[in-house]
Amino acid sequence: MTDLAIEATGLRKTYGAVEALCGVDLRVERGTVLGVLGPNGAGKTTAVRILTTLLPPSGGTAKVMGLDIERDAARLRATIGLAGQYAAVDENLTGFENLELVGRLYHLGRKRSRERAEELLDRFELDEAGDRLVKTYSGGMRRRLDLAAALVADPPLIFLDEPTTGLDPRSRQNLWATIEGMVAEGTSVLLTTQYLDEADYLADRIVVLDHGTVIAEGTADELKTRVGGAALEVRLEKMEQRDAALATLADMASEPPSADGYIVRVPIERRDGAIAQAVRRLDEAGVQADDLAISRPTLDDVFISLTGHAAAPAEDGEEQEER
Amino acid sequence: MKTLAADSVVLARRNLLRIARQPDLLTAYTVQPIMFVLLFVYVFGGAIRTPPAFDGYADFLIPGILVQTIAFGGFATALGLSEDLKKGLIDRFRSLPMSPAAVLAGRTISDIFTNTIALSIVLITGLIVGFGFNASLGSVLLGFLLIMLFGYAFSWVFAYIGLIANSPESANAFGFMTIFPLTFVSSAFVPPDTMPAALEAFAEANPFSTMVDAMRSLWQGTPANSDVWMAFLWTFAITAVFALLATARYRRAVTR
Repeated sequence: MTDLAIEATGLRKTYGAVEALCGVDLRVERGTVLGVLGPNGAGKTTAVRILTTLLPPSGGTAKVMGLDIERDAARLRATIGLAGQYAAVDENLTGFENLELVGRLYHLGRKRSRERAEELLDRFELDEAGDRLVKTYSGGMRRRLDLAAALVADPPLIFLDEPTTGLDPRSRQNLWATIEGMVAEGTSVLLTTQYLDEADYLADRIVVLDHGTVIAEGTADELKTRVGGAALEVRLEKMEQRDAALATLADMASEPPSADGYIVRVPIERRDGAIAQAVRRLDEAGVQADDLAISRPTLDDVFISLTGHAAAPAEDGEEQEER
Repeated sequence: MKTLAADSVVLARRNLLRIARQPDLLTAYTVQPIMFVLLFVYVFGGAIRTPPAFDGYADFLIPGILVQTIAFGGFATALGLSEDLKKGLIDRFRSLPMSPAAVLAGRTISDIFTNTIALSIVLITGLIVGFGFNASLGSVLLGFLLIMLFGYAFSWVFAYIGLIANSPESANAFGFMTIFPLTFVSSAFVPPDTMPAALEAFAEANPFSTMVDAMRSLWQGTPANSDVWMAFLWTFAITAVFALLATARYRRAVTR
């Protein structure tokens, strides 16, 4: 029995001449959340499909819950749950029927499958919608049902492939809370996402994937430090007040502030109260500001900083592997 | 093997539940066959010269329309498989500890149920408009066996179509473009000797004609020649070839 929920070494996947994964190592400790961050076509879904035995790797080895993805595929499937970005639930069945179907296919038996379906509908606040056809559900409800389906057999490890892509902010928050709850109960999670804030919020460790290669790995804080943290951006009314602005804001800065035209950029560590404090200081120094905002590092910043190029959209041939 | 059977039944039940929920699919199995029987018997029937071996056009027509209806019985399999692939349900199934073969097996099993419904509806409508059996009980039962096996063979044809199509819509269109004309240029609705020479030659060679003529001989007692055993042979050959093709295609489609 190892302490690792997932241990993958040198995973490769090629489609003809296209290399979707070029030697990826992944380690997920039990009870923790690994966030796999990357743009479309980075190979995130390919990695998930290989680790869930849906796709044979072209090279490399992996153990999931101590079971080899190729030799022990059948037993492995009984220990994992998968929720995908396309919310793989049947629109022409009710929520209850969907969960019951999954329970039956996990071989829980008819009675246990039904009980479990009821439990999960309750837990995901779908109990009132349980007898409605899924095609009447909102996007957020579908994702919750999809997630519930992944939990039917109470697996110790779940894979979440872009669980919140395409969701509105509120549904997203709700889903995050649900995932947090699962983790608190000891479930290990591998989560793929395009959003830094999602990985930041949910993941213990983050792996950044680009063009099938791991380009960075660490905790959210470690990554952000590499990218640079948040910054306060002040747009001045008068160019000649630039030095005064730089001087009065200097001791708020975590790193030396910089200026570009009318814009003064002040890297800061703490965001709370930063705007109010800046307004006060600028006011006291008699500096007139046109606009004041905090910019946070985005996935693009991570990419530009780590790879020197922007997070590129999927190229030809990569579209299909991200389906 | 035990899980294959159990999982296939669970999935077949799910497929049937879906059909019951989709009024357009349900119509295809119920109203459409009735419409076709009525259309041919009352609209076209009067103008069609029924061969003298038959008591009336209904006796001639029902085996033909039944073969056409049952050949199409599997189209829900093409639609459903294509939809499941596109929407990621197949991935969900494959990530579960179920028998991998149950996805296709469950589809073809649910077709047996829908084919039984379609068969009953065509026969009942037929009996109402004047169709009658004119053969021994054994021969009639053999006809039932043949038509059900034939329907099962076409489930695999449609499974294959569903797996090669890019979308449920194209699966549907492809099925109609290929199989529909084939059923018409056959002995199903009119005697082939009324067609232009080239079409007649095609219709005579068409396996649908073999199938329809076999059904007529089993149910109406018309001379069978080689039709009956040829029809069984075709049925087994189609099942074998398309089960292999569909299974291979399924493996490729899901592991890309």
